[in-house]
Amino acid sequence: MSGRRVVITGMEVIAPGGVGMKEFWSLISEGRTATRSITFFDPAPFRSKVAAEIDFDPHARGLTPQEVRRMDRAAQLAVVAARGAVADSGLDMEAGDPAQVGVTVGSAVGATMGLDTEYRVVSDGGRLDLVDHRYAAPHLYSHLVPSSFTAEVAWAVGAEGPSTVVSTGCTSGIDSIGYAAELVREGSAQVMVAGSSDAPISPITMACFDAIKATTPRADDPASASRPFDGTRNGFVLGEGTAFVVLEELEAARKRGAHLYAEVAGYATRSNAYHMTGLRPDGAEMAEAIKVALGEARMEPDALDYINAHGSGTKQNDRHETAAFKRALGRRALSVPISSIKSMVGHSLGAIGSIEIAASALAMEYQVVPPTANLHTRDPECDLDYVPLVAREVAVDAVLSVGSGFGGFQSAMVLARPERSVR
Amino acid sequence: MSGAAAVFTGMGVAAPNGLGADHWWAATCGGTSGIGRLTRFDPSGYPSKLAGQVPGFVAGDHLPSRLLPQTDRMTRMALAAADWALADAGIDPAALPAFDMGVVTASSSGGFEFGQEELRKLWSQGASHVSAYQSFAWFYAVNSGQISIRNGMKGPAGVVVSDQAGGLDALAQARRLIRRGTALIVAGAVDASLCPWGWVAQQTSGRLSTSEEPQGAYLPFDAGACGYVPGEGGALLIMESAQAARRRGARVYGELAGYGATMDPAPGLGRPPALRRAAQVALDDAGVTAGEVDAVFADAAASADLDEVEAEAIGALFGPHGVPVTAPKTMTGRLYSGAAPLDVAGALLAIRDQLIPPTVHTRARPAYRLDLVARQPRPAAVRTVLVLARGHGGFNSAAVIRAAGQEDAARP
Amino acid sequence: MAAEVFTLADLTRIVLEAAGGGESVDWGDEKVLDTEFEALGYESLALLETGGRIEREYGISLDDEALSDMPTPRALIETVNAHLSAAARTV
Repeated sequence: MSGRRVVITGMEVIAPGGVGMKEFWSLISEGRTATRSITFFDPAPFRSKVAAEIDFDPHARGLTPQEVRRMDRAAQLAVVAARGAVADSGLDMEAGDPAQVGVTVGSAVGATMGLDTEYRVVSDGGRLDLVDHRYAAPHLYSHLVPSSFTAEVAWAVGAEGPSTVVSTGCTSGIDSIGYAAELVREGSAQVMVAGSSDAPISPITMACFDAIKATTPRADDPASASRPFDGTRNGFVLGEGTAFVVLEELEAARKRGAHLYAEVAGYATRSNAYHMTGLRPDGAEMAEAIKVALGEARMEPDALDYINAHGSGTKQNDRHETAAFKRALGRRALSVPISSIKSMVGHSLGAIGSIEIAASALAMEYQVVPPTANLHTRDPECDLDYVPLVAREVAVDAVLSVGSGFGGFQSAMVLARPERSVR
Repeated sequence: MSGAAAVFTGMGVAAPNGLGADHWWAATCGGTSGIGRLTRFDPSGYPSKLAGQVPGFVAGDHLPSRLLPQTDRMTRMALAAADWALADAGIDPAALPAFDMGVVTASSSGGFEFGQEELRKLWSQGASHVSAYQSFAWFYAVNSGQISIRNGMKGPAGVVVSDQAGGLDALAQARRLIRRGTALIVAGAVDASLCPWGWVAQQTSGRLSTSEEPQGAYLPFDAGACGYVPGEGGALLIMESAQAARRRGARVYGELAGYGATMDPAPGLGRPPALRRAAQVALDDAGVTAGEVDAVFADAAASADLDEVEAEAIGALFGPHGVPVTAPKTMTGRLYSGAAPLDVAGALLAIRDQLIPPTVHTRARPAYRLDLVARQPRPAAVRTVLVLARGHGGFNSAAVIRAAGQEDAARP
Repeated sequence: MAAEVFTLADLTRIVLEAAGGGESVDWGDEKVLDTEFEALGYESLALLETGGRIEREYGISLDDEALSDMPTPRALIETVNAHLSAAARTV
């Protein structure tokens, strides 16, 4: 591995509760929640009736009518966030070499919302097995193959370097940034615009998570439906969203006077090779990913100031993750502040990983650890410091962000403040 | 770039003109096409009626019944192909450290047929009829997840989606992981969306052939190029660090010596397409000159505009009639992310047999000035092969495959 | 209305459709009645799919915890029959 170091120089977030990074940080640092009763469709037939939806008007965010028509909602979110991240970085894309700019978009379920809608039309409400091509939308191919998201982002930001979609389920958001960081490190691109986007709040997604009882059936108090690490948790709350970062090589970023949010100091992903949806309680594979990521960052567990947890709020995940922290970090697991922002913005599948990377970088920016909302009831199996309800001011120089997803994927990324990180 | 060389030591193939690498390679060198009228469903009401369908794949013959209710056809073929690839490489995964083995696959449309059935149940019968397996059986990551579970592989996993270019992007990611210390990666792709819902979605690309004549439907570089015929299938390959392969005395097919990926400029900018640059990056990465390349496996889109771009890129790199060019995918149809791993398998066997497989049914337009290996396979000294793959939306990827025994050759 | 009865044969048919396993479990042997699902090789997802199919076919609703609380085919069959007779009483 060469010595090139990779830093985040621009960011944008569109998450439930507000469009934009400032709105996002206000929400999560104040411990407010954006979960609510589903408004996108009638949730009555579903077991789970809550979600974290975004009030997003693509026209107001600069997309043309044709762009809106041809893109799935997840692609629309991605394009707006990617443009925002590039603007935030201060990079002059016109002046640079587009061949040196690449794009990765993480997405777990691609254009699910568009596919759900279009299927209903071509099948005439599920009645036609031989679906009718005469009713197909002209852009349906772009929904079929979600690399269209990356093409749209590349066109929007003027990238002509190595580009792809990374789709590793619910770790897509971390893995997309990890993949992109590697391209910068190895010299395949000078700049990577990397992030993730998912907009899965549609009937087919609600139905498939209902079938495995993964989402919460709690409907009485939607604002407190997402309860990671709480003793009363009973499933996650589906969300949507996107976040993008701009990655550059450290010295190049310094030279142009860029703002340095964070260094991507370490990253690893491992598989549990166990089950498509189940997790072994010992957390061994997530622990391995954490140890490898820390090793790459040349950090000891004690150097970690904050852990941004996966914390989905399912019984199984939060127990698994707690075990993984203890296994990987030893005694430091007992004292390090840990929180799950899914308590506030829900679980946007492949998108949430990048949103959590952004939250982790912002925690360093503001030296504040966002809290875990709705955490009132102790669970003996989740016995770490999950920063309940209220944000905490602490010195944050190094953050671990983790993700866990269907397929058995376990990913970990270590971010560090560039001015403090020592090699 | 530095780090261990990544070599290929095993292959598993499910292709429309042959199930299993041996059958497929014999058919390919014999010019036997697997393109025909769709039988999976009645295509008569659709503009396009031909496809490359994998023959004779009975999932229950290869997989335990417990896997069948939870898997799409493309996952079943991928699991079988991974098994064959491991067997071909002489690898028993149970005997290796779990964290030293990883899986990287590409996908284009996930388990689309499975998804169609669950969408049908949702909209015609109601939400409670949707299967518990829908949450993962259709998604793009399913093959990496299922292969890792079946074989106990706990190392790094990856999944990329870049339409047809993704097949090479997956192999390149596998090479990165090997360079960073993972000993073995199962890499490649199997794709399939030959169901009415996938068919209708594919039609909207506007690039599918509507010909009903199997010998005249998919004619890349031909004056009569009229779009492509889609297919299903692909290949999974075993990639290892050259060191690990050497240590265990493995048979090495060849090396992934170079890779490059680019995006075309946004439509309407008037700037040149970026396929040529991807190929140049791959050659530079491999440290080889165009003159050292013995064959090119073309992307072969079979639309006049895209054929012209590819012919120009090849001409610019190699000169007129400067290198043998072939497109064995004229016998399978375009397999989306499965296409490029299958082409890489073809490149490795071309190196093994010193034989370039043919392109069938097509006669290259003279204006393209291509040395197309048409109709008959061509015996040749083959040590270095360039594989090209493009995806809808402007994705270009290129890989340089090199004969074994040169892994330690100077690299930049 | 007389209650429908849910038998081992019914369960066998549904489990094989929902989760396969015909080649490794002898469903014809009544010993399976008291063998835990886990020992038979059926994990949580297989049971959720099985439970979902039973619910749809028989028009009953099993509790969320019911499936995890019913470790054996006998326990599941008894629970389904209890739901069926309860449903018959309310008709």
